[in-house]
Amino acid sequence: MSSKREKRRSKHILPGFGLSLGITMSMLSIIVIIPLLSLFWGGTELSWADFISIISRGRVLAAFRVSIVCSFIAALFNLFMGLVLAWVLVRYPFPGRKFVDGLIELPFALPTAIAGMTLASLTADTGWVGSLFARFGIEIAYTRTGIVIALIFVGIPFVVRSVQPVLEQLDPVYEEAAGMMGASRCTTFFRIILPELRPAALTGFALAFARGLGEYGSVVFIAGNQPYETEIAPLMIMAQLEEYDYGEATAIALVMLGIAFVMLFVVNGIQLRARRRTNA
Amino acid sequence: MYVELRNINKRFDKVVAADQLSFGIERGKLVALLGPSGSGKTTILRMIAGLETPDSGSIIIDGQVVNDIEPSQRGIGFVFQNYALFRYMSVYDNIAFGLKVQKKSREEIRSRVRELLCLTGLEGLENRYPNQLSGGQRQRVAFARALAPRPQLLLLDEPFAAIDAKVRQELRSWLKQMIGQLGITSIFVTHDQDEAVEVADEIILTNAGRMEQKGSPLEIYKNPASSFVARFIGVSSVINDYHSLRGFEQVGNFAQAVVRPEFVEAFKADNSKFHHLLDVSEDAVIEDIAFRGSYLELKLRIGQILLTTNRSLERRPVCKGEHLRVLIYRMYLFDADQALLLENSLLKDRDIMDF
Amino acid sequence: MNARSKKYVRRFLIALSLVFVGLFLVLPLVFVFTEAFSDGISAYLEYISDTYTQRALLLTVEATLIAVVVNTFFGLFAAWVLTRYRFPGQKLLTTMIDIPLSVSPVIAGLIYILCFGRSSPLYGFILRCGTPVVFAVPGIVLCTIFVTFPFISRELIPVLNARGTDEEQAAALLGAGGWTIFRRITLPHIKWPLLYGIILCTARAMGEFGAVSVISGRLRGLTNTLPLHIEILYNEFKYAPAFAVASVLVVMAVVLLLIRCIVEYQGRKKEQ
Repeated sequence: MSSKREKRRSKHILPGFGLSLGITMSMLSIIVIIPLLSLFWGGTELSWADFISIISRGRVLAAFRVSIVCSFIAALFNLFMGLVLAWVLVRYPFPGRKFVDGLIELPFALPTAIAGMTLASLTADTGWVGSLFARFGIEIAYTRTGIVIALIFVGIPFVVRSVQPVLEQLDPVYEEAAGMMGASRCTTFFRIILPELRPAALTGFALAFARGLGEYGSVVFIAGNQPYETEIAPLMIMAQLEEYDYGEATAIALVMLGIAFVMLFVVNGIQLRARRRTNA
Repeated sequence: MYVELRNINKRFDKVVAADQLSFGIERGKLVALLGPSGSGKTTILRMIAGLETPDSGSIIIDGQVVNDIEPSQRGIGFVFQNYALFRYMSVYDNIAFGLKVQKKSREEIRSRVRELLCLTGLEGLENRYPNQLSGGQRQRVAFARALAPRPQLLLLDEPFAAIDAKVRQELRSWLKQMIGQLGITSIFVTHDQDEAVEVADEIILTNAGRMEQKGSPLEIYKNPASSFVARFIGVSSVINDYHSLRGFEQVGNFAQAVVRPEFVEAFKADNSKFHHLLDVSEDAVIEDIAFRGSYLELKLRIGQILLTTNRSLERRPVCKGEHLRVLIYRMYLFDADQALLLENSLLKDRDIMDF
Repeated sequence: MNARSKKYVRRFLIALSLVFVGLFLVLPLVFVFTEAFSDGISAYLEYISDTYTQRALLLTVEATLIAVVVNTFFGLFAAWVLTRYRFPGQKLLTTMIDIPLSVSPVIAGLIYILCFGRSSPLYGFILRCGTPVVFAVPGIVLCTIFVTFPFISRELIPVLNARGTDEEQAAALLGAGGWTIFRRITLPHIKWPLLYGIILCTARAMGEFGAVSVISGRLRGLTNTLPLHIEILYNEFKYAPAFAVASVLVVMAVVLLLIRCIVEYQGRKKEQ
């Protein structure tokens, strides 16, 4: 008994370990873990065969494809635009920089439903932006392009906010050293700066992609929600729920959850590798 | 013994911080825990404080086994390596903190803090915040904070590491004097042998979690108990063919020897002071000369053997490539686990002037 | 590259950024207010003082407040336990706290329906307690807590990790108890990131749509939060009222962003 107590106390010089771990664990269990586990026992008698047949239905597969493809394209665009924005915000002082910097976080703060409605109205063929494109026969709202637009909106802060701090910490000495050795600005950027930013940029990309896969509020207004065409996976869940078909909703949710965990794993992996590399 | 460690073992994944470690410290002594980086000395200090727990073995303070006693109840003052001053509190509040949590009366706190501010020469700085202080002042605050609750034992982890070289010297003597004045038993950790030799009454030399030697600085310097100590203390040259030098013979199986700069006398062949010793000296060539501020450091080659010695700036100038005569008074022989002092046999009956 | 082309690159990149920010971030803001006031100011005031709007606003404020309080409480304990001690399973716990960030809000709604709804083993117990969770206010509050669950701890953990535990250990050695150490030593250090986390949490909580939309049952005047109310108006083609109500949330979001900027600025100033 006494040796056991000794062992336990040994690790914790600061008092309060039991209490804080207890509170943390119980709240985490009640809010997150137990509800998540209900996907497995939540009264939906879902056999393995049912599960396979549900998620291999054409409409479900199409929804997954739309979700994944659109999120990927949006995240790719954000990877590029996020790097440009972070670069401009860190390296180029220009009037209004502080304002732009603050605005980057708007998609975090703005309710997603409002973003969706606004983007839909703007890009509809009668809207301010949509009418310009309509002249050339390009439709944005209620197509996959619309979905991508909405996902670009919600995803952009992830890349900028991942890359920006790394860029701020980056010592210009390396660039100066490369410049002294005769490297062009272009070489310097691709050989010196980009490798430093890669882990942060990839993290931002993965976060934006993951957010895009699960996004509902901003997409639902602009997507048009045509089965096989512009129906996204979260919307499929919603549709099943409205018919009180919890089994189907659960099956789709499980697949999405699986993808989400893979993304979480990927992000952790990227950060772990980056930390190891810089420590080595 | 006031503080005693008995058969302490402690390891982190691969690193052994203490390996059957036992030693004792007398009341009122100022002791240095000296060892190379990673030798486990900081962990030993933290175990005495209760910030780490040994895997096995007991720690005894003032006759009481303290393994099960909370760190704060051990009557210890601890000065952290980077001082860990409370950044959001003034100097006054930092020093008063320990008394406040003990719910001492307002009057008592005030007078104790005043006393400590006076003792450490920090009067007038009590309303400053840690980031407004110099390195030396921060150390004094950390010292005063640790002393405020009147601990029986003071532990200091690398107390001079965070201070620049110039102030360090001054603080060493300040700390020695201060601790002497208070008479508090103190242990400090250091990797700097000069620091240990200069400040401590007693040195405990550790390596790889084991105690190599314990003794006064002079004892450790004069009679190294192991090859590690022989090599660690002082700036030394390690040589192989010691028996090829005049006056030294192969002893037992000792294969190597340590020669300290002060064991070597180098002089020009025409130096009359050493005239009578010319026949027992060796011929050496100066390979390199380095200016060390107040003296020259010479690298001398005798055949295959390379020795280091110091030369006063007051003596005649020498240059690279010049031949000098060299006398070696003594050396430490050592093998894997022991060390032995060997005197130059040819000098035994000679009259050597010490100056 | 010479200095001149460098200048062009710089101008081009700034222009590109401004066009993107203008199109994607500024234009929508302008549009919301233009639409909101398209029927005139008096109509606008009428739209936002509508009974249903007021009730939705109250519910949103209620859910947001509860979520912020609960998550602040959790965030402080979680950040403390994950950075001040070392224990087995620490990494796993850190990852699990982040789960709500990578789960679709729709799934968040679904799991509470499964957990507390009619098909759940807990349903009988909930009925006996007399407070339904699904399609009711408790469900909305739970969903709001879920989607913003890690917001506070995520802001605190890096700051606490970067600072180390020396000061807390020094305080513990001097005999301070857990609460004293937290209040006197730890809290002053995390004041600004804590505020920052609370602001983010508030912004996200009041705008949550997906999860709440699943669990609310959309009972007008009873379980409608502001975003849900806006959706209903929009789907009924009442654009001006929809954007008028939306503008209220947008103003709140922009105000929070402003406070955030000030908080960050203050925090940085204090660090120096």
